[in-house]
Order: sequence, then structure tokens, then C-alpha cells
Amino acid sequence: MANAPDNKLTSSSSELDLDRPNLEDYLPSGSMQEPRGKLRLDSGLVDWWTVCRRDLLDISPTLTEAAGAIVDDSFTRCFKSNPPEPWNWNVYLFPLWCLGVVIRYGILFPTRVLVLTLGWIIFLSSFIPVHFLLKGNDKLRKKLERCLVELICSFFVASWTGVVKYHGPRPSRRPKQVFVANHTSMIDFIVLEQMTAFAVIMQKHPGWVGLLQSTILESVGCIWFNRTEAKDREIVARKLRDHVQGADNNPLLIFPEGTCVNNHYTVMFKKGAFELGCTVCPIAIKYNKIFVDAFWNSKKQSFTMHLLQLMTSWAVVCDVWYLEPQTLKPGETPIEFAERVRDIISLRAGLKKVPWDGYLKYSRPSPKHREQKQQIFADSVLRRLEEK
Amino acid sequence: MGTTSSTLTQYDIEEVQEHCNHTFSQQEIASLYQRFCQLDRNGGGFIAADEFLSVPEFAVNPLSQRLLRMLDGLNFKEFVAFLSTFSSRATLQQKIEFIFKVYDSSGNGKVTFDDMLNVLRDLTGQFISEQQREEVLTQVLEEAGYNKKSLLVLSDFVKILGNPDLKMEVEVPVD
Repeated sequence: MANAPDNKLTSSSSELDLDRPNLEDYLPSGSMQEPRGKLRLDSGLVDWWTVCRRDLLDISPTLTEAAGAIVDDSFTRCFKSNPPEPWNWNVYLFPLWCLGVVIRYGILFPTRVLVLTLGWIIFLSSFIPVHFLLKGNDKLRKKLERCLVELICSFFVASWTGVVKYHGPRPSRRPKQVFVANHTSMIDFIVLEQMTAFAVIMQKHPGWVGLLQSTILESVGCIWFNRTEAKDREIVARKLRDHVQGADNNPLLIFPEGTCVNNHYTVMFKKGAFELGCTVCPIAIKYNKIFVDAFWNSKKQSFTMHLLQLMTSWAVVCDVWYLEPQTLKPGETPIEFAERVRDIISLRAGLKKVPWDGYLKYSRPSPKHREQKQQIFADSVLRRLEEK
Repeated sequence: MGTTSSTLTQYDIEEVQEHCNHTFSQQEIASLYQRFCQLDRNGGGFIAADEFLSVPEFAVNPLSQRLLRMLDGLNFKEFVAFLSTFSSRATLQQKIEFIFKVYDSSGNGKVTFDDMLNVLRDLTGQFISEQQREEVLTQVLEEAGYNKKSLLVLSDFVKILGNPDLKMEVEVPVD
């Protein structure tokens, strides 16, 4: 079981930690520029300025905002597992449902375990010789390892009967490009990897996932880091820069959200992937929740349990779009660039944008957020003073 | 974990409705209960300050620390009672009473100049000097017919804030 004692380690999969919550950077750039309009999803916000001019003692807008956040907030929504759609329970459907359970757990699940085991046997029996015997012939070894990793990922996808539709041109291997995708679960990586052997930037995991990371995935050029270690950040940044320069390296895949979101929202994209000076190729992934919710709620579930859940469902249905490559426009900051790419992905996958950093799952928001609100209020108070 | 106790009986709901003077419909209370369980992460039956602060939108609110004094450790009934002020069915009087309570940190029914200054400090932070704050507050009080030394009671607040376009409403999402 990949169930680590330290929740922080298990709690998220692949991500980019090059820029810890330095929200300040984001503040002037526009994402937080309209705090009153955008912070809350639902409307009902009162314009502070007019209210403030009317009466300084009337603190109702601020109170309303606070109560609104208590009743419902966009951040918590991003990480909420959606309960399965209730369907009409009745006497006629019940036996069918029971039959479904029997098939899913009694037939599908064992078959899938078998398929996956078979996959592993094939994979390991060829990967180990390739890895150790072809030490001299690097080019061939890399090529074979690439194919094998794609193969084992296909077995994984088959083990949950993944019905994946890929749209758009397949990624190619060339220097100075980086792929970014929205992130729902670690299976995103498997789904993408079965098509193309990406090198991914990931949080180092404990348990069996960690073992796979340090042995097999290392061979396709994946880069690991530990979120808790500050010096890892520099090392990763350097490795990243080196990686994108190499012509024969596998294409780089980054999940700039840095954490799994429930596939209804996108949280802030971290800017690391967007300041490498590379072409950014957005990938949008949208899961169809008809059979199972693919969101990995890592606070509630280990990755093993998540996989079991997928393997006992009917199928995992999803769409993957390889979108138009984007480059930094003249005069655009990396953060604006990140937001632009987020727009593109959100639009394609039908996701709502929220202006929060996903790392707020683990930490408190920076005081800058509050200070910005205070400044708006202070400005209006000062204006009032001047008027007199 | 999670959704185990998310069902309230009609009796429970009626009891809570009674407690908040029917400012929420039964559906709204059921929905608030789900939210309550979501916020009450350790399942202790009450929400601690820390759990409120885990909502970033709340944590960044300039008045959050002040509100936490009223919020810390609320059980479900108290939670609903707190939010009932923000219901569209709550009267203007109730809303002003609530605002008054936020100002009245000592809880003695009187709001001093310092109380108001403290709230204003929360709202404006470092972006305005202490002197300017006092100046603008004095000015507002004088416009309303008071001065620095006045002790404001609830009826004064009703007089100052009691206009019908005081809007302090939060809609409870019901599915």
C-alpha cells in the first residue's frame, strides 16, 4: 500500500515546485487584480467604493463576503469529490444493479488484475535485460525503454478499460518545447504516457509508486523533487533547463497546477513551466464521470485505493486534446503567459477558473491577499478625506 | 469518513429552524449541514478557528480575526444562528444588531470611538496613517451628529445604518 504516514507526501502527485506560493508575483499581473469580482464564484457582491462613500461604519460588504465564504467557497469546491449521480432506484433496476456489481467485482476485476499482472510480467522480463544488457548502446536502449514504458501504461489503461479519445496531432520529440496539462489524478500521467513517452516533473512519492519512479520512470527522463526540501527546487530548475535543450530527450510534461483538482475547476498555474523560454503545448484532459470519478482525492484515499476504485468500475472515459502550441508574446510576463494557457485549457476542457494557488491545501494564504483588500478600502477612505 | 452522518431527520431540522427563527428553509438547513460537516474536518461536531481559516476566501477577509471571536468552536445550531443574519428573511434590525456586535468587542452594549477605530484599522491596515483614520472617523461621526466622546448604543447604529438598501445577504446554495 502506498499509504504513507506523512499525509503531505502522499497528498499530491506530479507537480512543479519551482515557485512556491509566491503569490506576490501574481498580484500585480491581473489574476488578482479584480479581487471583488473574481474571488467569489457567485455574484451578490456590493461595490465597496459606493458603500464606503455612503457610510464608513457600514461594514456589511466585508461581513457578507466573510459569510459567503463560510457558506460556500470556490477553493474547497476545487477539491471536492463529486458524489455519484443518484439514479432511479426501484425494484426492477435493483437486480440489474446487483448483476452489475457481480460482473464488475467478480468478472471484470479479476480479469483486469490478470491483464495488469501479465503486463508487468512482459514489461519486467524485457525491461530488465534491456536496461542492463544494452549499456553500451545508449540510443537503442533509450528507444526500447521508451516503447516499454508506453506499453506498461497501455496495460494500466486497459486495466480500467480506459476509453480515451485523443484529439489533435500527437506530440513529437524536439528541443525547446514543454507540454502542460490540467491535473486530476496520477492517471493523467498514465493516459498521456501510453501515447507518448513523456518525461514528467513529479513529487517524489513513498511506497511502491516511489519505487517505480526511481527505477523505471527515471529511464524516460522523469525528474523528481521533494516539496518539503527547498534545495530540491534549484536542482529541479537546473535539470529542467538542461532537459529541454537536449534534442533526443523525451518531451517534457508538467502539471503546472501542482496538485490534483476535481476536473471541474482549474487552480492557478505555477509559472515555472512558462519561463523556460520554450514553446508551450497545452494539453486539456476532461474525464467523463458517467462511470467513475477520476479525481484522486489524495487526502482521503491512497493511490492504491484510487486504482482499485477505477479497476472495479465499468470504464474510465476521457478526452485528451493536444492544443495549439503557444509562445510567449512580446511584452508578456511568464505569469500572463501562464494565465493565457490556462484560459485555453479551461475553455477546451470546460473547466472553471479560480484564482487560488493549489498549495493553499497545505498552507495559509499570504497576507498580501488581505493587504490588497485593505488597500482598496484605504484608498476609498483617503479619497473621502480629500473630498472634504 | 465524510458523508456518514449527512442526514438530518425532519425533527432535527425543525429544531434548528426554531433556533434560527425560521430564517432558513428546511432545504437550506440540510445544505448548511453538509457544509458544516465539510468544514468540520476532524468530525468533532464543532468548527474550530483553524478550520474556518482553512477556507482561503475567509482567511483573507480583513475582518476574519474579529469574526473568529464569534465563530470559534460553533456547533451546528450556533453555526446556523450565526449565518441566519445573512438570510434574506432576516430583518434589517437583526442585521444591524449583528454589525453592532462586531463593533462592540467588549460586549457591554456600547461602542466607543476606539472600538470603531479598531474595526477601521482592520479594514485599512497599513495603508493609512493612524491620524488619518481618526480624522476620517471623527468626520463621519460629526456628520451623523455625534462626536469622539459619544458612546454609541444599538439605537444609534439603527439610526446611522438603518436604510433599506443595506444589503447583507448570502444565498445558501440548494441543489
